[in-house]
Amino acid sequence: MSDTRSMLELHGVYKTFNPGTVNEKRALNGLELTLAEGDFVTVIGSNGAGKSTALNAIAGVWPVDAGTILIDGENVTGLPEYKRARYLGRVFQDPMTGTAATMEIQENLALALRRGEKRTLRRGITKKEQEQYRELLKTLDLGLEERMSAKVGLLSGGQRQALTLLMATLKKPKLLLLDEHTAALDPKTAEKVLDTTDTIIRENHLTAFMVTHNMKDAIAHGNRLIMMNEGRIIFDVAGEEKKRLTMAELLDKFTEISGNSITNDSVLLA
Amino acid sequence: MNVLLSFVNSLPGACGQGLAWGLMAIGVYLTYKILDVADLTVDGSLATGGAVCGVLIVMGVNPWVAMLAAILAGMLAGLITGLLHTACGIPAILSGILTQLALYSLNLRIMAIGDTAKTKATLALSVDRNPLLVSSRFVRELSLRNPILLLAIIVAAAIGLLYWFFGTELGCSIRATGANQNMSRAQGINTDKNKVLGLVVSNGMVAMSGALLAQYSGSVTIDMGRGAIVIGLAAVIIGEVLLDKVFRNFALKLLASVIGAIIYYAVITLVLRLGLESTDLKLLTALVVAVFLTVPYWKEKYFTKAKKEVGTDV
Repeated sequence: MSDTRSMLELHGVYKTFNPGTVNEKRALNGLELTLAEGDFVTVIGSNGAGKSTALNAIAGVWPVDAGTILIDGENVTGLPEYKRARYLGRVFQDPMTGTAATMEIQENLALALRRGEKRTLRRGITKKEQEQYRELLKTLDLGLEERMSAKVGLLSGGQRQALTLLMATLKKPKLLLLDEHTAALDPKTAEKVLDTTDTIIRENHLTAFMVTHNMKDAIAHGNRLIMMNEGRIIFDVAGEEKKRLTMAELLDKFTEISGNSITNDSVLLA
Repeated sequence: MNVLLSFVNSLPGACGQGLAWGLMAIGVYLTYKILDVADLTVDGSLATGGAVCGVLIVMGVNPWVAMLAAILAGMLAGLITGLLHTACGIPAILSGILTQLALYSLNLRIMAIGDTAKTKATLALSVDRNPLLVSSRFVRELSLRNPILLLAIIVAAAIGLLYWFFGTELGCSIRATGANQNMSRAQGINTDKNKVLGLVVSNGMVAMSGALLAQYSGSVTIDMGRGAIVIGLAAVIIGEVLLDKVFRNFALKLLASVIGAIIYYAVITLVLRLGLESTDLKLLTALVVAVFLTVPYWKEKYFTKAKKEVGTDV
């Protein structure tokens, strides 16, 4: 791990929402994290532990209060969301968020192919690309290659998430951010989308950061697992150790570290 | 029978007016449908377009150049609204209202350019004295002077240009901005810049409409844009309700707004013949828009309960 470059570095990242009000919430509390190239980390923690906040901090949805964020060695802390997009592929929890419903499947892909590039007066989609999209859509095995000019709004939640995955990785990102991207899907669909996720990450040798509510998924996927609590990482396992990790151990770990808060977090036990 | 005859007689006029307003309707379509913003700048920028074009024509400037200047003035108005919204964080609807209000004062000043008065609320153009591109006087004539001909060509050219533009990378990214801002930013699109750009293009169209209307009707008045947004919306909605199922292509959707504007003016002409006062029209227009916006909402809310949540399987 030491001779590979780090794709993501978070140093002392702080974020407080609604400072100075009764709703003040310290969401990130000196977060430290380094991801090596090729790392596929799953992120768990109770509600409000800071998982999604960490992901949004990396994506640049809002500026952080303190700390630095490096992507592949470049300091992106001050960059707005749309400029960081050049380095990041993102899939959201809500299947509606990752795609433009009123635009065609192929138009959505064409937007994604140009991620991080200057949008000029050249054609928004070319014949050559369409062929590329057709081949790519075939790999999803959802029949979308036959419906390339259909509006994305006509697709199911699972289809939209699969398409969003494709869009997020069409132009190889330095880091793939997955924000509970199967939470809104039924179990069967969720499993299929996770399979697709695994395949895409493996085949493209991507570095990935996957937030999940599901401990089982967190154990089954990726080469590294981190647990967050109160805006910090409280548990971090990788490699062989992670492979041997069981549900029971993880639950124990959770109760040990975070006290009795486990009892009032039914979602985690699901 | 008499009413019907005079209605048919006035159809060419409705057609001419509908075409000129059609450009305005396209502008409204771009903001309301593509950008998902209700832009109230248009009430002001329509008159700005008329005022700039009218003043320049009176000063002896070539009418095409005058129209180009009017378009640029409208684009500038859109730029102001866009910056108020994105750079200053003012809600879009209020940004438009602010620009519109400011333009009222500015338009009075613009119309007085070259005159001894400091402000002016009306400006007369005459096809006898001024080289106007279009005039309603010839609307029933079978000749090349008939304004419907040139208006149709201008509308077609504008639709063609917009069709091309919204097919480019930049144009696609503007459509994406209106469709889903989160997704757009995640794809590296500067949504603020695109919103400004959309407002600029839209208000350019609206000002062009104002410039043509001023020539067509032979006058510029400070009130010519009052309620324009509602007329534009009426045209967009009429076009959508009647033609959405048939017109799938983007260029045809723009055309649907123009057809909506023509139908709107045909209906207006009819109700005027039936004895309504022209001052009643704003009430009628507001009612039409309210009803057409309500119907699909109620349909969705009260008549489509069982259909949801099917097909969640991959």
